[in-house]
Amino acid sequence: MKLELKGVTKRFGTFTANDQIDLSVEPGEIHALLGENGAGKSTLMNIIYGLYHPNEGQILLDGREVSFDGPGDAVEAGIGMVHQHFMLVPVFTVTESVMLGYEPTKGAGLIDFATAGKRVTDISARFGFDVDPDAYIEHLPVGAQQRVEIIKALSRDAKILILDEPTAVLTPQETDELITIMGQLKAAGTSIVFITHKLREVRAIADRITVIRRGRVVGEATAASTETELASLMVGREVSLTTDKEDAAPGDDALQVQNLSVIDASGHVVLDDISLSVRRGEVLAVAGVDGNGQTELAQAILGTRAAASGRIALDGSDWSKLNVKERLNSGLGFVPEDRSTDGVIAGFSITENFVLDMYDQPPYANGMAMKPSVMRAAAVEQTDRFDVRLGTVDDPVSTLSGGNQQKVVLAREMSRDLKVLVASQPTRGLDVGSIEFVHRTIIEERDKGTPCMIVSTELDEVSNLADRIAVMYRGRIVGIVGADTPRDVLGLMMAGVPAEEAASQAAAHKTTLSEADEVAEEEEL
Amino acid sequence: MSAETQTTVEAAPREQAEARLRPIRWKFPITYAILALISLAVFALLAPAESQTQFRLATSTDFFTIPAITVPSAPTAWVLGLALAVLAALALLRAVQRRRLGVWHPIVFGALFVLAFLVWAGAGRGAVIPLVTVLTGALALSVPLIFGAMCGVVGERSGIINIAIEGQLLAGAFLAAVAASLFTSAYVGLIAAPFAGAAVGALLVWFSVKYHVNQIIVGVVLNVLVIGLTSFLYSTVLTQSPEIWNARQQLPALPIPILSQIPIIGPVMFNQTILVYLMYAIVILLQIFVFKSRWGLRMRSVGEHPKAADTVGINVNRTRTINTIFAGSIAGLGGAFFTVGQGLAFGQEMSAGQGFIALAAMILGRWNPVGALCAALLFGFSTSIGNVLSTIGTPVPSEMLLMIPYIITIFAVAGFVGRVRPPAAEGVPYIK
Amino acid sequence: MSVQGAPGSTQPAAALKDAEGRAHYALRQLGQSSWLISVLAVVVALVVGAVLILAANPAVQSTLGYFFAQPGDFFATSFQVIRDAYSALFRGAVFDWQAPNAQRSIRPITETMVNSIPLILAGLGIAIGFRSGMLNIGGQGQVILGASFAGFIGYAFGLPLGAHVLLALAGGVLGGAIWGGIAGVLKARTGANEVIVTIMLNNIALFLLAWLLRQQWFTQSGSNQPQSAPVDESARLFGLLGDGFRVHAGFLVAILATVFVWWLMERSTLGFEFRAIGENPQAARTAGISVGKATALVLIVGGALCGLGGAAMLLGTEHRLTPGIAGTIGFDAITVALLGRSKPLGTFLAGLLFGGLTAGGVLMQAQTGTPIDIVLVLQSVIVLLIAAPPLVRAIFFLPRPDGEPRARLRRRRSKTDPPRDDADPGGQSTDQVPDEHHQEQGSHR
Repeated sequence: MKLELKGVTKRFGTFTANDQIDLSVEPGEIHALLGENGAGKSTLMNIIYGLYHPNEGQILLDGREVSFDGPGDAVEAGIGMVHQHFMLVPVFTVTESVMLGYEPTKGAGLIDFATAGKRVTDISARFGFDVDPDAYIEHLPVGAQQRVEIIKALSRDAKILILDEPTAVLTPQETDELITIMGQLKAAGTSIVFITHKLREVRAIADRITVIRRGRVVGEATAASTETELASLMVGREVSLTTDKEDAAPGDDALQVQNLSVIDASGHVVLDDISLSVRRGEVLAVAGVDGNGQTELAQAILGTRAAASGRIALDGSDWSKLNVKERLNSGLGFVPEDRSTDGVIAGFSITENFVLDMYDQPPYANGMAMKPSVMRAAAVEQTDRFDVRLGTVDDPVSTLSGGNQQKVVLAREMSRDLKVLVASQPTRGLDVGSIEFVHRTIIEERDKGTPCMIVSTELDEVSNLADRIAVMYRGRIVGIVGADTPRDVLGLMMAGVPAEEAASQAAAHKTTLSEADEVAEEEEL
Repeated sequence: MSAETQTTVEAAPREQAEARLRPIRWKFPITYAILALISLAVFALLAPAESQTQFRLATSTDFFTIPAITVPSAPTAWVLGLALAVLAALALLRAVQRRRLGVWHPIVFGALFVLAFLVWAGAGRGAVIPLVTVLTGALALSVPLIFGAMCGVVGERSGIINIAIEGQLLAGAFLAAVAASLFTSAYVGLIAAPFAGAAVGALLVWFSVKYHVNQIIVGVVLNVLVIGLTSFLYSTVLTQSPEIWNARQQLPALPIPILSQIPIIGPVMFNQTILVYLMYAIVILLQIFVFKSRWGLRMRSVGEHPKAADTVGINVNRTRTINTIFAGSIAGLGGAFFTVGQGLAFGQEMSAGQGFIALAAMILGRWNPVGALCAALLFGFSTSIGNVLSTIGTPVPSEMLLMIPYIITIFAVAGFVGRVRPPAAEGVPYIK
Repeated sequence: MSVQGAPGSTQPAAALKDAEGRAHYALRQLGQSSWLISVLAVVVALVVGAVLILAANPAVQSTLGYFFAQPGDFFATSFQVIRDAYSALFRGAVFDWQAPNAQRSIRPITETMVNSIPLILAGLGIAIGFRSGMLNIGGQGQVILGASFAGFIGYAFGLPLGAHVLLALAGGVLGGAIWGGIAGVLKARTGANEVIVTIMLNNIALFLLAWLLRQQWFTQSGSNQPQSAPVDESARLFGLLGDGFRVHAGFLVAILATVFVWWLMERSTLGFEFRAIGENPQAARTAGISVGKATALVLIVGGALCGLGGAAMLLGTEHRLTPGIAGTIGFDAITVALLGRSKPLGTFLAGLLFGGLTAGGVLMQAQTGTPIDIVLVLQSVIVLLIAAPPLVRAIFFLPRPDGEPRARLRRRRSKTDPPRDDADPGGQSTDQVPDEHHQEQGSHR
């Protein structure tokens, strides 16, 4: 089926999310939609999927104009979508999830579970998926959940499949499997729209690439384009894909984690005997697929998660007995993983967010009485230093863009005298300009001699910032390797393969993406 | 589709680690131990020696009559107390081994504890403890709770928190009384009652879905509104000419042949009005349809993950609206029990907080029709025991017994009775 | 407070002025004014009340019987009935121009103050909870406990004049704090939903008081009536205006409490913690705030204020504990806090309004036979409307202010969807736009 968009425009108030977008996706084509965070990709896909109604413009399927009153209409017309955040009910089984909205019944409205289950197993078998139709979604790993989403779309005979940032949660090897699946689907005649902000993926996967920036189509490209070309098209200026930095001059071990184990509320081990140390003046990056214990490691260091056993120490002094506030006050700078839920309080003013973890410390407070004028002055000064684009510091922080909110968080943490910095996913969801800023700030902090620990699922970010890389898998450290370790090796380690074995396997077995990388490098030479 | 043949760092000793690191759960053994100690120290030790406790099990209409059972109080209480101590010790053993207990354990423990209590409470009173009366009372007291709890299940499963059950019961009671009185037919009242509950449900969902007002607040305020409206109309119209507007009408009991003559169960369960039979049907049908039907699946998806439901073409707000109104009609029907169900005229605030206990029963029953039924029966039972014991005179103040449902509920929501997991999207308005 | 539904607009006001006429701009400003919404809500409530009063009035009913013959009768009677009822309501609440002497004329406003004392204090307690993301439905239980503690200290302890009343008030604070604290500590330690726990505690408190009032050691009354001895003179709150007026020093306590709550929530580190856990407990925890401790303290402080309300009522006017001592203060306090938008001054004024409705309702019932239950209807309609400003605006055809999430669905579905005129706060990041409005919602959960 051929999908065409003509002049699609979507406005939210005064803000134009999509501006006169033209796009065409040929039958059996893998079409990448490339754009940085906030460029308007997801809005566009939600329009195609009937979740939003465009203010202007047309959607055509096989040359026929269509108008969707909701996702139901889009599905009816043969469009399927795998959302970035899976649209699966955690307490439902795979079968229930797949049939939801299209339940086979056997009179009296009772569901025909046998038919529904068979549909799941049929599709799984056709594409070689290994999915138990009776498993509960919440018990499945993310890779399997993604496959359930694909089954869901296929069970409704999707002719056009939209994949929204599908690789965000996958290891390079899992990404490889996804690429294989996409190939199978393409061979079966399905058109695929593949949304991403990752340059290297699009070149390996897509037949054609449409780049959008600030809600507008800024160009088309083919897989033959170089990464640098795509990057400047996407961002609108020349960008350096790597942060310039001196080699680290590491000092002594500062932050030490010894034999740390953590158990979650339901009794599962989420951190299993972790030991690592971060030295003064270096960046240790913790890599791994989401949900392998990195979040819990950062939380355990902060103290929001209790350790079942083991020890955390800074400069030799034991932190085990300290609560969160005491750890922060003894020099821990903490940039949380999820800015909106952990980093800022949306309804609070920028000033209040700026003092969020110092509100009861001098000079901002004297006993129980806070000093609003002192707080405000400091907020003005520091947000200025960090180039936060704001109206006044009395506005709610929610009026700022994601990048500026993250700058507020960084300004807050860096305004204290840090003994150690722990930053989780410091650039998630940010545009390229903000990413560069955050990376520079972290490297500056490192160069001041502060030990830095960065948790990131983005291998680009890891290789960019790290002096050493610790890879985690299922709550354990698979290995700590140098910054120059190849991506494929890191990818295998992220799936639990020990470092040495990963190196030999990776040499024998290149992923599609790294092959593409090599080709690209040769071209550029 | 799993990754190709790779040797991974398989977490072989993971389970051992979990077993080693998982904290021992002392909560249950300690609770059991305290209860066992109470039964030994109070029920057994304080039961007057030489005295006896009598239980009456029969009514006159049974097939055959089971004679009243008389047991020596103190020895019986001792035996029961020791049995409870053994069960408590078993719980302790399992806890230390970090293993779980079967479902039978709390049930047996609870039954024995209640029995021990009754033996002590009835010891040497000269009066018999009429078990059938206790059970009939328990069911009667449970009826509005069960209807209310079913209303809560349907509403909350679709994501609307319903604090207004109390108001729905009261509105149902009011309209049932008025309609029955106007048409001099209890059955007309029964038909009218659901509309009153549905109207309150409609207001609840209108403010929640359209204006995104906090659902708990709407619920609280709707209760006040219904109390105000019904009390106002009661003090004016109903009191001015009660013979027209508020004459008593009663649903007749419809004993089911044969079934109603089974000893104990028969008179309790099968000699009831149509309202109670409707209740049986509603519980059974809901239990099936919530989990096995298209309607139930969609309702639950809307309550758990509305966006996911939306992406498969389910209209979230319409689903919530319909279900909340439907739920309200169930509660309204339950409200009819207060008036036509018992042959009473309407009185101000006659629902007397039952709606809140129904809410508690729903939570204790974990948003499950049959679970809520059991919890409601438990509450009805404890109140019924309280009522019966206060007439024969007991060492325990009736106020304490009446507190039991509320205390149990607090323990339940505090996690003493296992993890309570409400529908994930409950109370969150769905806005695209 | 999500119930306010008054989202902040980021659209520059100047741009709006250019785009529209000045009058329309002014109207739009009015439409956004929470004060106007409050006033209009009261108006609608009075209209609803009027309809009910008419419907229940026999005289009006009889004129309806021959409505088509003489419609004038119906309107004349209706007008008279409504005028009588609402003028009695006003005279009972503010100023009675029909009273025989000056003292009796101004007595109604003092009665309003008397009624408002427990409402304001308990309302402040509930409001603290709302601001901190906790729905304390347990005002009733906390008021009962506060009154019980204060009363027991008041009649069972013999103490000198000043100390006695202070100790009794402190007892009320303690009683309420304990009852609120149970819910608070349970929520902090086990995550038990405070709505359910406080509702249950209300009922437990009711039974507890009923039981206590049957115990001689507690009541010290020497009678079989379920009521306590009266509190000693030394433990009573002194009258502010002398004999003939019931208004007592509790009103000063209420004013002090209002100022205290303002300082606590806006200027103290504890209030910062309270507001932080209310807005986003996870971020608060990450910032080193002990969410458990703050959660417990919110309900302890809130409970203490409710308890103080119960104590002030007992020591000021009731003097004896009875099973129904708390009336419906605890529930009314919820509506007071909602009407006051959880702000200290707003709560104070809302308490006065509801105190006035109750005071006026008494006179209205006595003089016109309109049952005082109508006041409950007025209260609930007012609160429902204030929680849904778009509804009030729709009733009065006021223009829609910016950024209101009203009728989003329908607009999206319409085929000829015009460009939306409402600004979207913080919409720079397209992929996040649809989520922005969630921030206003569900902050209580």
